[in-house]
Amino acid sequence: MNKRSTGRILLALLVLMGLSACGPIEPWVKPYERDKLADPIMALDGDAVSTAYIQHVYEAREGARGGEGAAGGGCGCN
Amino acid sequence: MLRRLSLTALLLALTGTAVAGVLPDDRADILYHLYDGGGVEIDGPSILVRKKVGKSISVVGNYYVDMISSASIDVITTASPYTEERKQWSLGMDYLHGNTTMRINYVSSEESDFDAETVSFSVSQDMFGDLTTLTLGYALGDDLVRRSDDPSFERNLDRQTYSIGVTQILTKNLISTLNFETVTDEGFLNNPYRSVRYADLGSALGYSYEPELYPNTRTSNALGLRARYFLPYRAAIEGEYRYFTDTWDIEGHTAALTYIHPWGDFTFTGKFRYHTQTGAHFYSDLFSRSEATNFRGRDKELSALQSYTFKLKAAYEFLNDDGNNWGFIKKAKVTASVDLLHVDYDNFSDLTALAPIGDEPLYQLDADIFQVFFTIWY
Repeated sequence: MNKRSTGRILLALLVLMGLSACGPIEPWVKPYERDKLADPIMALDGDAVSTAYIQHVYEAREGARGGEGAAGGGCGCN
Repeated sequence: MLRRLSLTALLLALTGTAVAGVLPDDRADILYHLYDGGGVEIDGPSILVRKKVGKSISVVGNYYVDMISSASIDVITTASPYTEERKQWSLGMDYLHGNTTMRINYVSSEESDFDAETVSFSVSQDMFGDLTTLTLGYALGDDLVRRSDDPSFERNLDRQTYSIGVTQILTKNLISTLNFETVTDEGFLNNPYRSVRYADLGSALGYSYEPELYPNTRTSNALGLRARYFLPYRAAIEGEYRYFTDTWDIEGHTAALTYIHPWGDFTFTGKFRYHTQTGAHFYSDLFSRSEATNFRGRDKELSALQSYTFKLKAAYEFLNDDGNNWGFIKKAKVTASVDLLHVDYDNFSDLTALAPIGDEPLYQLDADIFQVFFTIWY
């Protein structure tokens, strides 16, 4: 991804944010409808200490890094 | 030597995903980790403690140790097996104000020949009836690279990380998160011990070694998307994809599929992850001659490769918040997991095979990664 691609993604995010600011948005999922989302099995990162460790391993064993939302981290162990 | 610590992302991991509006639960985790593969064994503890202070502040601390015993393919072909220890600690604070959460963190890592410090700051804002959480983050890292065999050798490495993420509730059953992260490195990026291989007719093997030499800068961009769906019965499925690119011409695609299934007090998780990448432009398994290019590297992680991971995890909640009096403990669980990692390198030869130059088989890595941890909520 070159600088132009990066710029396009950031621009798209800004446009989305700008559009969403044009008027009040009614929440289409009401608070009382979020019982399934509140279930622990829906937690995107339920165990931070474990996620941090495994991302650390991946970053040591691969050339890529970041962008995974919750984690990353790593070393390039010989 | 442990290298290229991206402590920034680690901080983001330890401080949690993009959830504003509420502070994280008070909890403590004590984890034992073991990595065993490719002649390398790394194990140690990680202890995480998080506690609210008043209604608007949560503090978090982590202590982590890597104890390394290495006789990897790199080490046995160009150096001697070694042992090493890395200790890392971090301290952070979350401050909640209305629908906004601000986080600040500091992390420090020390080993015999590599020190790293990182400070990070992020802010999360809940919007649209708490359906959307927007997070902006920045981190600054300052590393010091040394050589254990040369006390006069010291090089700096600075790193800045910019991130933006959106977590979005899409339906009653579906939540997703989109994250974009740019990392810029400037300084000494190569491993001071590692060598590259070049063709040398004067050598009995047909090749010789010289130190690797990397560019002094690297900028990477990563865009990741995750979505988790609550199935018609009590179970969840998650899909992940990440696109990665950098100024070293590494382009990567990572995809994963996870299934989570609770059963009584147990929760079982199965996951398959696939990663593929191109190699860095200055990487070569065998250079044509000494100093053949301005920059040169033979770090197998910079080669084109494919990795496959199969994960199994089981968690057992042995104390529940069901009215029993367990003192200050509300609930507790124990979790065990194993990750089976296999890596195929497209352009990294296994020199231990002692085959004629050019006929060496490609190297493959298999590693088993174990984790066991106890968690209490209080």
